Amino acid sequence: MPETVYGVLIVGAGPAGLAAACRAAESGVRVAVVDDNPRPGGQIWRSGEGKFAAGAVAWLATAERLKVGFIAGARVFAAPAPGRLALESFSKGEFEVSYRNLILATGARERFLPFPGWTLPNVMGAGGLQALAKGGLPVEGKRVVIAGSGPLLLAVAKYMKEHGADVRLIAEQAPRAALNRFVFSLAMHPEKFIQAIGLRAQLLGVRYLTGCWPVAAGGKDKLESVTLRRGSKTWSEPCDYLACGFGLVPNLELAALLGCRMSATGVEVDEYQLSSVPGVYCAGEITGIGGLELSLAEGEIAGLAAAGRVETAHTRFHARESGRHFATALDHAFALRAELRSLAQPETLVCRCEDVTLARIQSCRGWREAKLHTRCGMGPCQARVCGPAIEFLRGWKVESVRPPLFPASVESLIKASRSTP
Amino acid sequence: MADPVTITVNGRSVTVESGAMVSTAVAVAGFAAFRRSVTGEPRGPLCGMGICFECRVTIDSRQHCRSCQIPCVEGMEVHTDA
Repeated sequence: MPETVYGVLIVGAGPAGLAAACRAAESGVRVAVVDDNPRPGGQIWRSGEGKFAAGAVAWLATAERLKVGFIAGARVFAAPAPGRLALESFSKGEFEVSYRNLILATGARERFLPFPGWTLPNVMGAGGLQALAKGGLPVEGKRVVIAGSGPLLLAVAKYMKEHGADVRLIAEQAPRAALNRFVFSLAMHPEKFIQAIGLRAQLLGVRYLTGCWPVAAGGKDKLESVTLRRGSKTWSEPCDYLACGFGLVPNLELAALLGCRMSATGVEVDEYQLSSVPGVYCAGEITGIGGLELSLAEGEIAGLAAAGRVETAHTRFHARESGRHFATALDHAFALRAELRSLAQPETLVCRCEDVTLARIQSCRGWREAKLHTRCGMGPCQARVCGPAIEFLRGWKVESVRPPLFPASVESLIKASRSTP
Repeated sequence: MADPVTITVNGRSVTVESGAMVSTAVAVAGFAAFRRSVTGEPRGPLCGMGICFECRVTIDSRQHCRSCQIPCVEGMEVHTDA
C-alpha cells in the first residue's frame, strides 16, 4: 500500500491546531492532526471521555465532516528526514508520518518555579491539577490552594469549585494595581471582559489575594500545608493540593529541532504564520502566549495559507491583531515579581529529573557547564520544567535541542535512524 | 457513558470511570507517590499533561509510562515505583 503523504500535517490538537485543520481541509487538502493526548482539544478544551468543551464542539464536528485524520496518543520524537516525522505511541510503538506542509501548534506548558517543598507529591501545576481532575481525579471535598500567576488561576478555581473542591484561596503574585490596569484594558475587548467578570462572580466565597505567593510547601511524604506570604504577613494554610503555576511558556522543542528561527516570545513567523523554514507554519501559543482567540485566528490563517488560500487568510488578520493587543496587556499585568527569584534556597531542587539543587548550579556560568557538571536539565523532561525556571532565576536560555525530543525506546530510535527520505 | 473500568495498582483493585487516566486510578487507590526520584524522594504528578515525567509508573510490565496521558484499560496491572 503506498504511504499516505498529508498535504497538511498538524502537530497539536488544541484550538490553533483544530482551527488550522478545519481551514486547510475545507480547501480539499488531505489533513491529519497528531497529538500526544488521547483526545483532541488541547489543554484548554481538555475533557473526559465522550464529552467536549463547548468551544471545541463546532471545530471537532467540522474536522470530522471534512475527514481530518486524528493520530492520537502519539508524540513526535524526531524528524528523521525532510517532510517526515517519527512518532511513538503507547499502543502502536514507532511509526512515521509524511507531509508536504507542516503546521506546528504545540501549545504551551506551565512555568513552574522552585521553592522549598515544591517536589512533594500533591504539589502540582494549576493547570496540572485541572488536567488531572479532567482525567478523572476526584477533588470533591479536597482542600485546594491555588497559587502562582495569571488568568488560568481563576479558571482552575472555577473548575475546582464546580467539582466540589474546598478552594481555600487564590494567591496571585501580581499586585492589585497591575490587575486593575489589566481589567481596564479589557474594556477594548468586551467578550473577554464578560468572561472575566463571569468567572469572578462564580468565585464568590473564594479569597482572591493579590500580591501573595507561596514561599514553602510542607509535609512528610506528601503535601500537608503551604506557607504563603503577602506584604509583611507569612502564614501556613493546611491543604490537600497546592495547584501552582506561574504563567505559561510555549512548547518550542519541535520547532527548534526543525530549525525554526525564534523571536523574543516564541517562534518567529511572517504574516501568514510561516516560520523561517519553508513549508513549516506555526500557530497559537508557540508564537507567543496569547490565549484562545489569538490561537484560533493564527490557526485559521496558518491552515488557509498552508492550503494555498492566502487571500482568504487576510480575513482573519483583524482578529489576530485584536488578540495580540490582549496578549500584550496580559503580559504586563501578570509580569513576575523579582521576589520570586529568591524563593529557591541553596538546598532546593531546581532539576527534578536529576535532583540537582540550586547550590550546585550556582557556580556554573551557563547551561553547558551546568549540564556537564551536574546533569541539570538532562533527565526525561529534557529541561521542559527546569529550563523556564532557570531562565527566570539565572537568565540562561536553553540553547540546543536534539533528538529524541522525548525519551523513546531503543527500537524506536533504531527504526527512525533507518528512515529514508 | 461506557461501563466503569477495573484495574490493579500495586495489587490493589480499583474501579474508575471509563476514560479515566491511569494517574487517576493510582490516586484513587490511595497512592500519592508515583515514583522515587534519583535520590529517593517520593514524587507525584506535576504538570498533568505529559511534559514533566513525574507521574511515571509501570503498566503491564512496561516501565516509565506517563500515567497522566494513558487511559485505563480493563485488567491493566499498574505498579508505582515508590
